[in-house]
Amino acid sequence: MTRYIIKRVGYMLLTLFIIITITFFLMHSIPGDPLAHMAKNLPEQIKENYYKKYGLDQPVMVQYVKFLKNLITEGDLGQSLRYPGRSVTDTILEHSKVSGRLGAQAIIIGITIGIILGVVAALFRNKWPDYLIMFIAILGVTVPIFIIASILQYSFSVKFKILPTTGWGKVKHTILPTIALSFGSIATYARYMRSNVLEVINQDYILTAQAKGVSPFNIVIKHILRNAILPVITIIGPEIAGIFTGSFVIERIFGIPGLGSYYITSINDRDYTMIIGTTVFYAALFVVAQLITDILYGIVDPRIRVSEKDE
Amino acid sequence: MDKILEVKDLNISFHTYAGEVKAVRGVSFDLNKGESLALVGESGCGKTVTAKSIVRLLKEPPAEIKEGSKIIFNGKEDVVKMSKKRLRSFRGEDVSMIFQDPMTSLNPTMTIGQQIMEALMIHKGMQKNEAKKETIKLLETVNIPNAEERINHYPHQLSGGMRQRVMIAMALSCNPKILIADEPTTALDVTIQAQIMDLLGELKNKFNTAIILITHDLGVVANFADKIQVMYAGEIVERGNREEIFYKSMHPYTWALLNSVPRLDTENKEQLYALRGTPPDLILPLKGCAFSSRCEYAMEICLERKPVETRLSNTHSLSCWLQHPDAPKVNRAEVLRGEMNE
Repeated sequence: MTRYIIKRVGYMLLTLFIIITITFFLMHSIPGDPLAHMAKNLPEQIKENYYKKYGLDQPVMVQYVKFLKNLITEGDLGQSLRYPGRSVTDTILEHSKVSGRLGAQAIIIGITIGIILGVVAALFRNKWPDYLIMFIAILGVTVPIFIIASILQYSFSVKFKILPTTGWGKVKHTILPTIALSFGSIATYARYMRSNVLEVINQDYILTAQAKGVSPFNIVIKHILRNAILPVITIIGPEIAGIFTGSFVIERIFGIPGLGSYYITSINDRDYTMIIGTTVFYAALFVVAQLITDILYGIVDPRIRVSEKDE
Repeated sequence: MDKILEVKDLNISFHTYAGEVKAVRGVSFDLNKGESLALVGESGCGKTVTAKSIVRLLKEPPAEIKEGSKIIFNGKEDVVKMSKKRLRSFRGEDVSMIFQDPMTSLNPTMTIGQQIMEALMIHKGMQKNEAKKETIKLLETVNIPNAEERINHYPHQLSGGMRQRVMIAMALSCNPKILIADEPTTALDVTIQAQIMDLLGELKNKFNTAIILITHDLGVVANFADKIQVMYAGEIVERGNREEIFYKSMHPYTWALLNSVPRLDTENKEQLYALRGTPPDLILPLKGCAFSSRCEYAMEICLERKPVETRLSNTHSLSCWLQHPDAPKVNRAEVLRGEMNE
């Protein structure tokens, strides 16, 4: 297992390196630069000095090597070009707390509710609870997240005035964005879980459990659930990615000072260091999530656990 | 001998989109304590459905046990009318079952120890430690070496034969009065088959458990079953004790089954016998004898009227028009090869 994890961490670093490289060159190929908006009216000499100060006068290749050197030797992502004096690392840490809380809530709710709904739908197959849950699931998969967010805001904030439309700071501020953000995941997990449970129910070992006299409740908990959850774990990784992208939109709509809305602003500003910094952060988060998913899979499925040992 | 199970006029149908499939039609038989009974027949003849209905493991619906069917356990309880709660204690404790494919019959995410302990904890109310000790003992009984280590293994770490042993240990864990073995050796190597059958025979005597063995292979039952019942198209066409079926059988379908067992003792290198045709479609109403369309000796009456059961001895009976006094005599010795004759 340790060898496996070391190997995986190696691949992760490689992935990160590729992402950084591609982002770096893509970013520089967008027309405009971080100083464009204020340098426009400046005299030629001052403009040159500015560019020199941030190293933007040098070829992209040189800038790239310099950036990598800073990142690897000092772990430094540099300073914001748009807001001088602000360190990229500090900004990310500060704003990611907000996004992190929202994302974690959405993931936990998505997984738990999704799995429960999926199991219920499967156990009541072709009866009304199944139809109802699958109807909700189809909505969750097809309706765009910003529409769900707007509907939630309209009904809970405008109509019934129970929860605030926007803002951040208290638990009540997190409720609507969490629901909106997890809605898609709930739908995906529910659909996935339903088909898995239906498959597991027809397995021979369920018949064995019945023949043993295990109660229906224990058959679901001990025999069906664990086997049905296995494939679900594989989609947790991609689903987490979905939560990230969803949070860009949700944070904007609900006025949440998270990293997602900051990311978009930095792209509009051509804030090079900020863009690359947030990208590295998101990419790292994502590959770590994938790794955790795979390790989790090994823990839940004894067949995989052993084949690793044999390797 | 005491009857542990009496099946009376068992009728089971499956409701499908195409119509009602009458899978089991009027099956009746008795099983005595500690006796071994084999249900023999080809795929789709209703033997597994009959067996599963005894533990009520059929999915109802689509399956339906028809009105009037009786499965009397231990002379007093009717399984067909059992409450859900009683059924749960009945399964595993009074009657247990092992299945055809040991590769898929064990839960892949639970250790074999946990799976056997589960039964002990449900039915015998054992605590974990106690159940664990008992499980190790059971695994030793079914000849699994290093039982103490093995209980922590997952099914995929065991071979097919080992898994079937685990299934047997699990089925026998609560000393059931009846063990139903649904083609327990079909998915195994021939060498392992013999070991498993020997083990079943040994345990049957040790625990005094009655066994219902379901198989399509008469070779498997030759050394095992006290009584043999041959099923065809949802009916029992011939029944008798082992000697009667192997050496005195009179039903053309039984002959066909006997002839299709590969043999090592015949000199001539003739082609292995294969019964032509397919069993009748059980959705359509059956007229006459179900086997008539494939029977080499079919007469006009076979297509028209259902044969009645003829008793040849206390234990031996069959349903065939050839037993009628007016029917032509077929020489059994000519039909069957080798030593299957008296």
